[in-house]
Amino acid sequence: MRCVWTDLCVTVNGETLLLDKSGAAFWPKTRTLIFADLHFEKGSSYARGRQFLPPYDTRATLLRMAEVMARRSPSRVIALGDSFHDPHAAERLGSEERTLLESLAAAAHFIWITGNHDPHPPDWLGGAVMEEWREGGLIFRHEPRADAERGEVAGHLHPAASVAKYGRGVRRRCFVADAIRLLLPSFGAYTGGLDVGDPAIAGLFGSRFHAFMLGQDRVYAIPRSGSGGDHSRFPTRGILVSG
Amino acid sequence: MGQTPMLPPRFQDWFAAKGWSPRPHQLALIETAQRGNSVLLVAPTGGGKTLAGFLPSLIDLAARPRHSRASRLHTLYISPLKALAVDVARNLETPVAEMELAITVETRTGDTPVARRQRQRHAPPDFLLTTPEQLALLIAHPRAPQMFEHLKTVVLDELHALYNSKRGDLLALGLARLSLLAPGHRRVGLSATVADPKPLQRFLLPQPPGTETLAELVVAKGGAKPNIAISASDSYVPWAGHLARHAMLDVMTAIGEAKTALIFVNTRSQAERTFQELWKLNEPNWPIALHHGSLAPEQRRKVEAAMAKGALRAVVCTSTLDLGIDWGAVDKVICIGAPKGAARLVQRIGRANHRLDKPSAALLVPANRFEVLECNAARDAVLAGELDGERLKQGSLDVLCQHIWGMAVAAPFHADALYAEIRSAMPFADLSRADFDAALNFVATGGYALKSYDRYARLRQLPDGRWRLAHPRLGQAYRLNVGVIVEDPMVDIRLQSRGKPTGVGGRRLGQLEEYFVEQLSAGDTFVFAGDVLRFEGLRENAAYVTRTHDPEAQVPSYNGGKFPLSTFLAQRVREMVSAPERWHVLPEPVQEWLKIQEWRSVIPGPGQLLVEHFPRANRHYLVCYPFEGRLAHQTLGMLLTRRLERARMKPLGFIANEYALAVWAARDMSGLDMGGLFDADMLGDDLDAWLADSNLYKRTFRNCAIIAGLIERRMPGKEKSGRQVTFSSDLIYDVLRAHEPDHILLRATYADAGNGLLDIARLSDMLARVRSRIVTRKLDRVSPLAVPALLEISREMVARGEVEEDILRENEDALIADAMRVD
Repeated sequence: MRCVWTDLCVTVNGETLLLDKSGAAFWPKTRTLIFADLHFEKGSSYARGRQFLPPYDTRATLLRMAEVMARRSPSRVIALGDSFHDPHAAERLGSEERTLLESLAAAAHFIWITGNHDPHPPDWLGGAVMEEWREGGLIFRHEPRADAERGEVAGHLHPAASVAKYGRGVRRRCFVADAIRLLLPSFGAYTGGLDVGDPAIAGLFGSRFHAFMLGQDRVYAIPRSGSGGDHSRFPTRGILVSG
Repeated sequence: MGQTPMLPPRFQDWFAAKGWSPRPHQLALIETAQRGNSVLLVAPTGGGKTLAGFLPSLIDLAARPRHSRASRLHTLYISPLKALAVDVARNLETPVAEMELAITVETRTGDTPVARRQRQRHAPPDFLLTTPEQLALLIAHPRAPQMFEHLKTVVLDELHALYNSKRGDLLALGLARLSLLAPGHRRVGLSATVADPKPLQRFLLPQPPGTETLAELVVAKGGAKPNIAISASDSYVPWAGHLARHAMLDVMTAIGEAKTALIFVNTRSQAERTFQELWKLNEPNWPIALHHGSLAPEQRRKVEAAMAKGALRAVVCTSTLDLGIDWGAVDKVICIGAPKGAARLVQRIGRANHRLDKPSAALLVPANRFEVLECNAARDAVLAGELDGERLKQGSLDVLCQHIWGMAVAAPFHADALYAEIRSAMPFADLSRADFDAALNFVATGGYALKSYDRYARLRQLPDGRWRLAHPRLGQAYRLNVGVIVEDPMVDIRLQSRGKPTGVGGRRLGQLEEYFVEQLSAGDTFVFAGDVLRFEGLRENAAYVTRTHDPEAQVPSYNGGKFPLSTFLAQRVREMVSAPERWHVLPEPVQEWLKIQEWRSVIPGPGQLLVEHFPRANRHYLVCYPFEGRLAHQTLGMLLTRRLERARMKPLGFIANEYALAVWAARDMSGLDMGGLFDADMLGDDLDAWLADSNLYKRTFRNCAIIAGLIERRMPGKEKSGRQVTFSSDLIYDVLRAHEPDHILLRATYADAGNGLLDIARLSDMLARVRSRIVTRKLDRVSPLAVPALLEISREMVARGEVEEDILRENEDALIADAMRVD
């Protein structure tokens, strides 16, 4: 697999995955598009606490999914869990959102990996529901495991990274990868981020891993050492292939 | 002393015993009180303004029959500063005690113990001294009608500092409610001198629909004109920078001549730097202290207490000390850097004034050539008694949302009635019914007709149509969210002794913006609280530091504290520049600078905008001189760059300072049509596209979202981390822009940006003003006027280090020699 210059590729356990600027990953060999942590209807879930967030996050997320799917034309889509923010999220979908979701689900074969927020995704969705999916050198699951075998592709942690230059910090969602696993950023419009320096993320990776920040038009690779105190935090252009 | 029939004998005796006679404006206020009217008193500092405000109430209460001593709130006093309220309470005790008046005086602030606050509701004192936020809390209470029904007078202190701000909106809405609770009470506004008192007079009274009413106006006679000196050297005036390092010896001399000096600077980073520089020269070891908004409150209180005792020779401070307690010992004010506005300068100079008949003494210390012009223009304006006008803001929609919530906490309301009440508040006089309804719906359900939102609505309608609070817990939530001051996410700075493991113990020095701390790596050094500190690490919500010595330590820059040059003063500076016959008062190097500019390029006329083009080091520069302040220039720079991009000029960057904007590009821009380039239509789509991504704008949205109650305010100690709040408000912002661009909070954000934050309104005025009055000069090299802006390019871009400093210096010298070469 060859990467074009706007894409970044990582090789995890022998399989090459392409990191899309949207935060999705694409596995060209099997034409599979992977999204993590869609969190549909997260906004409306706050209504219980009488906090009324603008209820457009599901629509925004679906439209972004549609955009990547149109670009990549996948035959299969894997949602890595926490696709629905809570057990009642599917009931709260607006009619426009539901129609949109159904049209996406019809455009490719979907695998809905279950997550801690959605152990039982709604059955009208179609596609397959499972806890894990193994194919080639890869294992797709929601929550990464500390003792994972090589080839884990997971979400759950919502990684984000920041860089600073000229006295200004930039913080973005990011992919995190080493030779063992790939962690995807959360894709849902209202999902926040956890810093890659946080022990929950840094602890999963060894002394060397790389973060790939989502830019406006492309993904930026940032070499990072897990031990903190690094001084090479500037994004550099380049393709990293570990394996 | 003659008889003053208005003054009861007890008061006449008291004045006589003090050796005073009542001032005319104090008597005028007693007279308006007897006529039952509200009044605005405009008086300079040192004019007995506060006493004037309280005298009518004291007289009224003194005449009260001995045995009608029921607990009734008679006079409510509101000040922008809690410390001022406490100080005024203390000062009131003197006349009350000396005249043996049976009057109770209490304060109510965030520090007042809960038990006393509760007692104040059912057994209020005669005088209650408090702040706008506390007023909002008091009226948002079911017992508010009982508490305020006997209210006779409201005194609003330092009204000029409040009326045209979001806190002013909050106060105005509170007053509108008080008008209902205590019909017929009088209001007294106390204000420093302002260019136009009319809006303040309107602010004091309920405004009838479609017309205006004004409170009476009493203007105290001005005191002696201040003595304002400008430090200037005929040998050296810096080209750029804001630190005035060259003038620190002058500053030390000025401190030496004074008993106690207040040294004002414009930003907290300047305060830190200036403090460092002064201590380097402080051979006499004078007690010189530092005071700014990021220091720990304990530290600030300590400085203030030392000041009150007269134990300090000087305090380096920011606008934190613009207002506040009168320190008798202060006999000189030193202002370092640009004055920014005439009113601000008057306010600061007033801090050295304690008696109207004695002139106050001030020294202005310009840090660069443009600031020399600005200092002279400001001095002329102050001596001529002219002040900056303010653009009047409309009431903010986010504050409106907060208030509607509060009113539901107080009692169920009819929408029609509340709308009418709110429109009687001056800032909201033009509020449309559609906006009011949008705000009401926003509070009730976020404004969304969704089943899942209706189910948990905050407000519900009763069968009779009144809106009521859906759950008492929402009252608590309102009380936690009240107020319009939203801090940036902050991180505690804790000082450890060296060798201790990071994160253990540590004395709290103060707080810094989180985004600054995030950029630090362990081992980085910075100046804070007057010390050079080494960053050790971040643990939970605190940055741990140790003391160190590093001459290259950086100084944190802050968002706050950067006031733009006022429109009025900018106008006067432009006039001064365009009038060569007035240059003789300026120091020699500044005159020479302007003369060579006149000869090499042109001095623009007062209504003109000069645009210069010249090549330099393989780049093409366009420099213009709007004099509209850094923020407006930054916005202009952003918009011009977009336009130049489309014109295929390949713009590479721009830099803005208070006076000028420089843009550089790969192509020669001199062939462009300048009228078209500076056309006001740039404020349409281009502005919109830029705002979408602007950090400043996103931060403004976050503040509006917190004030309106869309997202929760961070509570010290128990909230999610500030960063998370910032992040989620950014997410909401992005989604709203795409899916509901006319949302009430996006409109509130735009209004804030237009008002001050990005100075869009000002930019728009400027573009209209210079239309067809653009003067273009194509030059073969940099002009003298362009040098200060170009010097800031390297200052902002280059990192520190000895070698780099040398390169910088050489670069600077070459630039200046080139500009000043007379050939």
